[in-house]
Amino acid sequence: MSSNAQEQHGDDHPIVGHLVPMSILVWTTVALLFLTVVTVAVRYVDVGEFNIVIAIGIAVLKATLVALFFMHLKWDRPFNQIVFVACMAFVILLIVLTVLDTSQNKATLFDGNPSLVQETLDAKAPLAPISQETGISSPNS
Amino acid sequence: MTAIDAKPEESHDHGDHDDHGHHDNPFQAHHFDTPKQQYESVKLGMWLFLGTEILFFGALFALYTILRANDPEVFSYASQYLNTMMGGVNTAVLILSSLSMAAAVHFAQRSKQTLMLICLWLTLLGAVGFLVIKYFEYEHKFHVNLKWGPSFYMPVDEAEAKAVGADGQVLTIADENAIASADESRILDAGAAESLPELAFPKLAAMPPVDAVAQQQSAVGPGGLSGVRPEEKIKAEKAAAGHIEHSDEPHLEDRKLPVNTHRFFAIYYAMTGLHGIHVVVGMVMIGWLIMRGMKGHFNSKYYAPVDLGGLYWHIVDLVWIFLFPLFYLIH
Repeated sequence: MSSNAQEQHGDDHPIVGHLVPMSILVWTTVALLFLTVVTVAVRYVDVGEFNIVIAIGIAVLKATLVALFFMHLKWDRPFNQIVFVACMAFVILLIVLTVLDTSQNKATLFDGNPSLVQETLDAKAPLAPISQETGISSPNS
Repeated sequence: MTAIDAKPEESHDHGDHDDHGHHDNPFQAHHFDTPKQQYESVKLGMWLFLGTEILFFGALFALYTILRANDPEVFSYASQYLNTMMGGVNTAVLILSSLSMAAAVHFAQRSKQTLMLICLWLTLLGAVGFLVIKYFEYEHKFHVNLKWGPSFYMPVDEAEAKAVGADGQVLTIADENAIASADESRILDAGAAESLPELAFPKLAAMPPVDAVAQQQSAVGPGGLSGVRPEEKIKAEKAAAGHIEHSDEPHLEDRKLPVNTHRFFAIYYAMTGLHGIHVVVGMVMIGWLIMRGMKGHFNSKYYAPVDLGGLYWHIVDLVWIFLFPLFYLIH
């Protein structure tokens, strides 16, 4: 088996697995470095909510490049691809459910600061940032 | 046994235990029939391990999501304390070391042992470079006291303690007695404590949320924040007290400091620290590959350790690809 393969390919080719040409590896690196520059540049552009979407999108694109070419997943056996994609899918599921749940949280059970906190703040630290707020934090407003 | 011995190929392979080799490969284990079967088995095992790594980091990313959703202003504020240049350079270092790792696998597959070793050394160099840059980042943050938990507020607490003196009381909401017995200069409304029993849920009122305690301490404890002491007075006291550790950066005297800012640094250290541990493990692994490579173990017939080590190193790179924008690049 192996001796046959060796006769076919010689010593400069693997008998198992897939040999990825150096050109693909180098181009993948160039793309990754380029996307890194892009994602840093986008940080200084204000597009509101879309900043985080763009940042995550570029990161997903870079991760896909790494997985497909550096990690040979493009040419790997389907089962290994399934393992990777399934784990990513479950992480995404976890985070999506987390976001759905967290977005329903009320910032505090109290309306505004708890009374003791507010009283003390008024007396001790009238200029403290918290004393100007009506709620502890308001992620949903 | 007789059935196995009856097969001519098998009897040759299993008959001699000193010679581990099937065929001509010294690194093929007994229990694999072919190099292909061995390669695909170890690779599946590695992918399953990498799957647990993805889920492992995934849980921390979920925690990050919760913290950021609850305190978005904390994350956009605290992110400015991270050095984007250093983070960006580290990203490039990891990407380039990923290239040299992939190239090492490529050359191992082609039996180019010298080139493979050079690439492995370059990968190791990249790992060292990453950790050195990370060390300088951590070292600076520790110096200016950008830490997690209560230590984030420590320098001002120390300054306050020195300034207030032995009889000074640092007010905490957790200690109701401290509030009740506070001296008159604090001008606490006497009705505040007495109004408590009128609340519908006395248990909740008696035990404010932990958040409130932390905010209370952070808002009242730091002298620069409280407004009770003028900043000039604080500075004069600092000068009189001589050198005060770690209080030369303005993060605690910044009036725009959002409450709960310490949370950002807690998750920052948790995630980058765990990632850093993976880099250290990766360095050990690459060193082991170099040692075996120098013995000439790897060639086109057997290169699985280099391949699997490469997969691990790429996962480390992949995690950083997400960490970088999530911590350093918040608008």
